[in-house]
Amino acid sequence: MRFLPLLAANLFRKKVRTTLTVGSFAVALFLFCLLVTIRGAFNQGVEAAGADRILVINKTSLIQPLPLAYRDRILRVAGVQHVTFANWFGGVYQDERNFFAQFAIDHTTYRDMYTEFVVPDDQWEAFVADKAGCIVGAATAERFGFEIGDRVPIKGAIYPGEWQFNVRGIYHGRRPNDDLTQFWFRWDYLDEKVPSFAKGYVGWYTVRVAPGQEMVPVSRAIDDGFANSPFETRTQSEQAFMASFVEQMGNIELLMLAIGGVVVFTLLLVTGNTMATAVRERTGELAVLKTVGFTDPFVMGLVLVESVLIAAAGGVVGIALAKLFTLQGDPTGGMLPAFYLPSWAMAAALGLALAVGVAAGLLPAVGAMRLQVVQALRKV
Amino acid sequence: MALPLVYNVESVRARWTASIVAVLGIAGSVGVFVAMLALANGFRAAVVTSGSPENLMVRRAGATSEIDSAVNLEQLRAIEDAPEVRRGSAGPLVSPEVVVIAALPLKKTGTDANVQLRGVYARALEVHDRVRIVRGRFFRPGLYELVVGGNATESYRNLGLGDAVSLGGSVFTVVGVFDAGGSAFDSEVWVDADVLIPTYQRPRGFYQSVTARLAAPDALDGLKRRLEADPRFTVQIERETDYYARASRMMTGMILGLGSLVAVVMGVGAVFGALNTMYSAVAERSREIATLRALGFGAGAMVGSFVVEALLISAVGGLVGCAAVLPINGLTTSTLNFQTFSHLAFAFQVTPSLLAGGLAFALLMGLCGGVPPAIRAARLPVAVALRDL
Repeated sequence: MRFLPLLAANLFRKKVRTTLTVGSFAVALFLFCLLVTIRGAFNQGVEAAGADRILVINKTSLIQPLPLAYRDRILRVAGVQHVTFANWFGGVYQDERNFFAQFAIDHTTYRDMYTEFVVPDDQWEAFVADKAGCIVGAATAERFGFEIGDRVPIKGAIYPGEWQFNVRGIYHGRRPNDDLTQFWFRWDYLDEKVPSFAKGYVGWYTVRVAPGQEMVPVSRAIDDGFANSPFETRTQSEQAFMASFVEQMGNIELLMLAIGGVVVFTLLLVTGNTMATAVRERTGELAVLKTVGFTDPFVMGLVLVESVLIAAAGGVVGIALAKLFTLQGDPTGGMLPAFYLPSWAMAAALGLALAVGVAAGLLPAVGAMRLQVVQALRKV
Repeated sequence: MALPLVYNVESVRARWTASIVAVLGIAGSVGVFVAMLALANGFRAAVVTSGSPENLMVRRAGATSEIDSAVNLEQLRAIEDAPEVRRGSAGPLVSPEVVVIAALPLKKTGTDANVQLRGVYARALEVHDRVRIVRGRFFRPGLYELVVGGNATESYRNLGLGDAVSLGGSVFTVVGVFDAGGSAFDSEVWVDADVLIPTYQRPRGFYQSVTARLAAPDALDGLKRRLEADPRFTVQIERETDYYARASRMMTGMILGLGSLVAVVMGVGAVFGALNTMYSAVAERSREIATLRALGFGAGAMVGSFVVEALLISAVGGLVGCAAVLPINGLTTSTLNFQTFSHLAFAFQVTPSLLAGGLAFALLMGLCGGVPPAIRAARLPVAVALRDL
């Protein structure tokens, strides 16, 4: 502790350089956190997927519907605890750019299935009582200023026409990475308005398997039950379904890792170089320290601690800025609903900063330890 | 009196470790910047070149893409009879199309991806005149045959020439491979529309879009005004290129948004690195600078010299960055287009203007990193610096 003034004096000797090094660290860590956040946002669906939920879609393709009559048949499959269903509405609010997902949901079963989304009881009851009611995610409500009681017009794309919905509730998430951008309205309202040939169809079923049941046999039993029918099904875990979307996004993850690698590498070089310069300039001083009796390990520690301090300061600044930035929400306007920096990533970033600090300081520190006093003093 | 450039070159060489750090920082930022732009460029190019400025596209009013659109036979006839549409030897150049999505396993991962399955007639080749059969032949009407795009045949299992593949419960044979010049069609599979409609249980008498060749490129407006005003038709008509430009907007917007965010943040970091390098250059050379000043070089010459040095470093960084990403030019990658829900292969496009932009970005970073240290060098009190000697 009593060497703190010495450390501080060393750090503040070249204020500009220290500031810039801390700055480079902050930038790099900010970027690191940003990349983790972007990656997380792409994978949000996978991470937030329910561990006990499976999804039944039309085997032909996602956009083909399934008959409503399947609900009771799925419920009879052994191991199935709960079933709900929904349709993708795909409408546009004012402009195509204002993208958010709209689902026509079954108001009698949906809430019990997606327990991570919280709607106050009175709001849910108001939604159930109003056929044209809708429930909006907190993020979308905030983005467009929707409030309970508002009338929201949505232009149908798959289901043509101008649709009017009354906001009856706003849902929040239990976890920080829950998607709060969705817009739900009642499936029976949709079904009532579509032409007769399109009545009685749903987009997909979500099934919860009973506790202790394996997903795979239940999925197979569902698919087998509908084999050779005009509407064959394809059942998979919610997680696998989401993952297939992410996989189709392509090499984004690789790209992110490559960028992250470049950043960390550059960062290591910058700091290592700065530390080396700082030590080189002080060769004489370090020699004096040794002459007056400080041990080799002490001198090494001094240099190392200085490097780690710079790294820690930069790391904290960068991570804090990144957290602030991500709290502003999705910068792409609706494409990445869960733009969230998890605390494990912040911890990892700090760990990374410290590790780079140690690595960058090690070489000059060892150099300082091995310093031959006589030779160093001769240079002065 | 300006200092000779050789002086700066030597000075960069003398402090090569610091210079390399600055060069790498700038090269990294420029690389990310150019790579992201090349990605967005390639994606946009693949989607936009699918359209032709001479074609018009008809969809249901309010539809955001082909998937959620519908055009009925009456509307199709009206397009075919329109005088603004060009006529070929076999009648009007009008292509009604049906689009569905099928899940097929990718070669690379074995997992399913969404491929766009387009039901067309032979006329489609005349309307989409960039699409050419390069291997095998076009499908015969009424048969369960497929022609597949060049990217699709490479990306998916079971889509090679002669392969049999099960789609919508029926088995199809791949009889031909077509080339669409790297556009979105290259990721598609084409099939006879009259086969696709019953296989996928689509309503009869409906298509999802109608593409037609214009008799003259400026004939669009008249037709658009007449048909969109007609209360029998709830359709929207636009130039094919406009449709595809919009279809790529969301994805390019996202890539550009995230990409420039990352590049700018990296740029700030690189400027810090350059500042650090230049400040230490100034600090280490204070005697030299003082000597030069004493010899009669003015403050302006000092600023000029250091800025030139920073620009030199950043130019090298920019060149290294550009050179590093050059190999990705033409590299094919793929992603999911949210607006069509389907998987799309495309090539990175590194254009000369992108490289120029990358270099400009590098020089800007050099300028930001060079000016403050240069000013400090010019302000160095000569007598004090010389006394250190």
